[in-house]
Amino acid sequence: MPAQNIQNMTLCALKQGMSEKEFTSLEVIETLLTRISEHGGSLNAFITVTAEQAITEAKNADKLMAVGKNKPLLGLPLAHKDLFCTDGILTSCASKMLHNFIPPYDASVVKNLKASGAIMLGKTNMDEFAMGSSNETSYYGSVKNPWNLELSPGGSSGGSASAVAACLVPAATGTDTGGSIRQPAALTGITGIKPTYGRVSRFGMIAFASSLDQGGVFARSVEDAALLLGEMAGFDENDSTSVDVPVPDYLGSINQSIKGLKIGLVRQYFDAGLDDNNAKAVREALEVLEDQGAEIIEIDLPNIELSVPTYYVVASAECSSNLSRYDGVRFGYRAENYKDLNEFYCKTRGEGFGAEVKRRIMTGTYVLSAGYYDAYYLKAQKVRQLISQDFKNAFSKVDLIAGPTTPSPAFALGAKMDDPIEMYLNDIYTIGANLAGLPGMSIPCGFVNDLPVGLQLVGKHFGEESLLQCGHRYQQKTDWHTRVPERFK
Amino acid sequence: MSLNKEQIKYLAVLSRMDIKEDEIQDVVEKLSSIVEFVDQLQAVTTDGTEPMAHPLAQGQRLRIDEITEYNERDKIQLNAKNINKGMYLVPKVID
Amino acid sequence: MNSNWEIVIGLEIHAQLATSSKIFSGASTAFGEEPNTQACLVDLGYPGTLPVLNQQAIEMAIRFGLAIDAEISPRSVFARKNYFYPDLPKGYQISQLDLPIVVGGNMNILDGNGNEKIIGITRAHLEEDAGKSVHEGLDGLSGIDLNRAGTPLLEIVSEPEMSSAKEAVAYMRKIHSIVRYLEISDGNMQEGSFRCDANVSIKRFDQKELGIRTELKNLNSFKFIEKAINHEVMRQIEIIEDGGTVTQETRLYDADLDETRPMRSKEEANDYRYFPDPDLLPVIIEEDYINEIKASLPELPSVKKERFIDSYNLKSTDAEVLTASKQLADFYEAVEKIANTESQITANWVIGDYTAALNRDDLEIKDAKLSADDLAGLLNKIADQTISGKIAKEVFESMWRGDGSAEEIIEKKGLVQITDDNEIENIVNQVMEKNPSQVKDYLGGKGQLLGYFVGQVMKETKGKANPKKVNDILKKKLK
Repeated sequence: MPAQNIQNMTLCALKQGMSEKEFTSLEVIETLLTRISEHGGSLNAFITVTAEQAITEAKNADKLMAVGKNKPLLGLPLAHKDLFCTDGILTSCASKMLHNFIPPYDASVVKNLKASGAIMLGKTNMDEFAMGSSNETSYYGSVKNPWNLELSPGGSSGGSASAVAACLVPAATGTDTGGSIRQPAALTGITGIKPTYGRVSRFGMIAFASSLDQGGVFARSVEDAALLLGEMAGFDENDSTSVDVPVPDYLGSINQSIKGLKIGLVRQYFDAGLDDNNAKAVREALEVLEDQGAEIIEIDLPNIELSVPTYYVVASAECSSNLSRYDGVRFGYRAENYKDLNEFYCKTRGEGFGAEVKRRIMTGTYVLSAGYYDAYYLKAQKVRQLISQDFKNAFSKVDLIAGPTTPSPAFALGAKMDDPIEMYLNDIYTIGANLAGLPGMSIPCGFVNDLPVGLQLVGKHFGEESLLQCGHRYQQKTDWHTRVPERFK
Repeated sequence: MSLNKEQIKYLAVLSRMDIKEDEIQDVVEKLSSIVEFVDQLQAVTTDGTEPMAHPLAQGQRLRIDEITEYNERDKIQLNAKNINKGMYLVPKVID
Repeated sequence: MNSNWEIVIGLEIHAQLATSSKIFSGASTAFGEEPNTQACLVDLGYPGTLPVLNQQAIEMAIRFGLAIDAEISPRSVFARKNYFYPDLPKGYQISQLDLPIVVGGNMNILDGNGNEKIIGITRAHLEEDAGKSVHEGLDGLSGIDLNRAGTPLLEIVSEPEMSSAKEAVAYMRKIHSIVRYLEISDGNMQEGSFRCDANVSIKRFDQKELGIRTELKNLNSFKFIEKAINHEVMRQIEIIEDGGTVTQETRLYDADLDETRPMRSKEEANDYRYFPDPDLLPVIIEEDYINEIKASLPELPSVKKERFIDSYNLKSTDAEVLTASKQLADFYEAVEKIANTESQITANWVIGDYTAALNRDDLEIKDAKLSADDLAGLLNKIADQTISGKIAKEVFESMWRGDGSAEEIIEKKGLVQITDDNEIENIVNQVMEKNPSQVKDYLGGKGQLLGYFVGQVMKETKGKANPKKVNDILKKKLK
């Protein structure tokens, strides 16, 4: 069988190939493990590769398939962002603080995908505790963009994006707090979806900012994203913010026509800051959708420019508290030399966290502290309400909102590290969906300077189906999503 | 509003993180730029706007009061470095 | 206490709720297990874990709120209180700040003069308990046991309306009684299920504003609360009278030394940075749910007390004592139902000999050998004059030891009361014959000798003679 094709195949194609006995799960897994060992180093996409376990599971999957057993993802490979807890396997959050942390349990997402038969190839690199937009804050070093190794793949789920884009694995999980799935998906030319807040369980997903974090997927087609999302999503009694709404058959309904679908184009997105060529790619993508029967309507999100400062107050506040549990007592890094309890804490946390994480913790501490709470935290909560209202108003007129995912294509590693604000502004188009809890997806929509750029679609609460239908329709008419970086072909 | 060195030191104390003397200037500058950036929120009119703490509008779900977790101490404590008599050790706590 | 000074006390009572599992996890709340065997991943603040709220904790808080005539918030919010301490695994405590579940309410107590006084209750909120630190036998280190972490607590905050240590104790006893009536807390102070912090300040009577207060922590017995507050008040008076000022601080009471000292760990300025916990959503409580709970509430001590006064004609103070504990009140009513003695006599027995015996042997009502039926049996022997009250006490002790029923013991020991007039008259005659000089003195005007003759008759009859008849006959004879 043609082993060289396996790497380029989507989950759906692999599933079909296995069911038609063109190749086995073991062949798929071994092919990809070989690719990971060949290319993983140059991309630095993985923190842990679980080869042995994957091979064992592949053999089991093949046995099951041989006796006619089936599961939606049986024998299919994927990778998990290294902040999903995996029982018995290092889960570091790319931080020195958790460089030795072996969770005694599986995150609900991991459990769900395991139950569907998926096989994990490893844990992917990321920004430390998911705080970053370039994957440069990782304790394990930067991840490289497969389209150009000098460039950032985006972040924080850069390892997952890079691994999928370079065909080391067909799909991977990620998390998105302010764009951490959609932005790297755009910058590496793949599909990434962040579902509605509450759609995917956060249990076992190590928290950055609890009211914004949401797990999602990276894939090389919308179809694959639909397949995977359907398996990982669902109500979880271990997460108070999980919503008890049935999971629709995303894959089954994906071919539905988009005729008459009203797509809102946000005027504010095309103001300053957006690369002209990037804007052009987005407009062309919308023409494709228009050709498919969608109606494009210009809309306003008047407060959207406030989303970045709002996000940095809210996310920092929540992270400052979420990360207080890292004190070296029960798990994780513990400082060696200290003279008393206070020094023990300060050294453990001072040495265990990287610079960006410390900045965010201090920012969060500041905005919650006595005398500043009202001016910053409470104010940000009110502005969050305004932004959320803007979306609500927009969705009274349209079914989906479209726009660019990022202001420009991938940037050079190191380019924005010294200017946090410039780095933060890279998330200007993605943050709104997190603040309002809405589902968002980025799909490749062209190239600017030989680098991929993304079209972002944002849907109504629990409106993943129409996002997927629209994205799928687009991918039926375009081939941007099938492009693979030259050196990874 | 920019922050000064003393404020940074206070935030470091509150968040229990050592910031080395040679790091402080950089932290002062970067945190100041972040705070100045988020200061643009002050200009927004939010009178009568309800603060939004959470994207979900629903109420808290309640768990039935039953014991579902049992002793897994040995497994759990594999992640802890300093244990004695089943307890997590820390430098002397002074009340 | 110095009469120039007015004392102002407010209490924050922490009652552990008697749920089976913790407030945000499914681990057991049982006391006294091996360290960290009841601390699950959620309790330990393990990365990735999330809290899910225990319905029973909410219901218990509502029960309490209804019992103190408080308002139950239709929407209450959990917030994080951020601080670092080794017994606080997440680095924050999930508590409530702006929107507590119970708002307002009040509690009647008896003040120092036995008058009713209403103490306002500001609020009661739900929160999670912290773990415990152990300092001994660990080579100079501290050991952290997180079994207690996550146990639900109801923090009941009073207005600063108590003006003596005695009032503070009376208030705390009343709350203790209520939570036990409601069966929402076992109230076990030794195990720390019921404890309190006291905010204490003093001011001159003509002074309008409150004085600077100190917070006394670690008060885990009624005795200590009284001693600690009295001690703290004296300390504050001394400071001010010496021209100093009281420092606002948290102080720890040391029962061994009977003194308070500043808590070192709480000295540095705390900035708790409360904010709504984003892992939890607002708790919405529907009116129907409240009504359902209201309908299931037991009769509360204040109502029971009034009923005892009305139905049994008891003295107010006795009704108060009997109804302070539901178990004692139930016991009294069980005895009362069968006993033919007057209700007040029955009450005297329950409050007196019976309670004394319980206390002496450190027993709970359910553990005593003597049942309500047994005691009623004994009282019926008094009522039908088989034995005197005095003999009854002897029989009671015998019954308490488990020697048998009242009837059996009276029979076995031959304690049946002598009520026959002739028999008593015979004995009176004998006593008079044996004590001619006393008879002479009595007749000569020494009326107080009557008691002497009664005593002699009782001695002769081994206490079995009916005392009233002895009195009557003696008086008649000694004329």
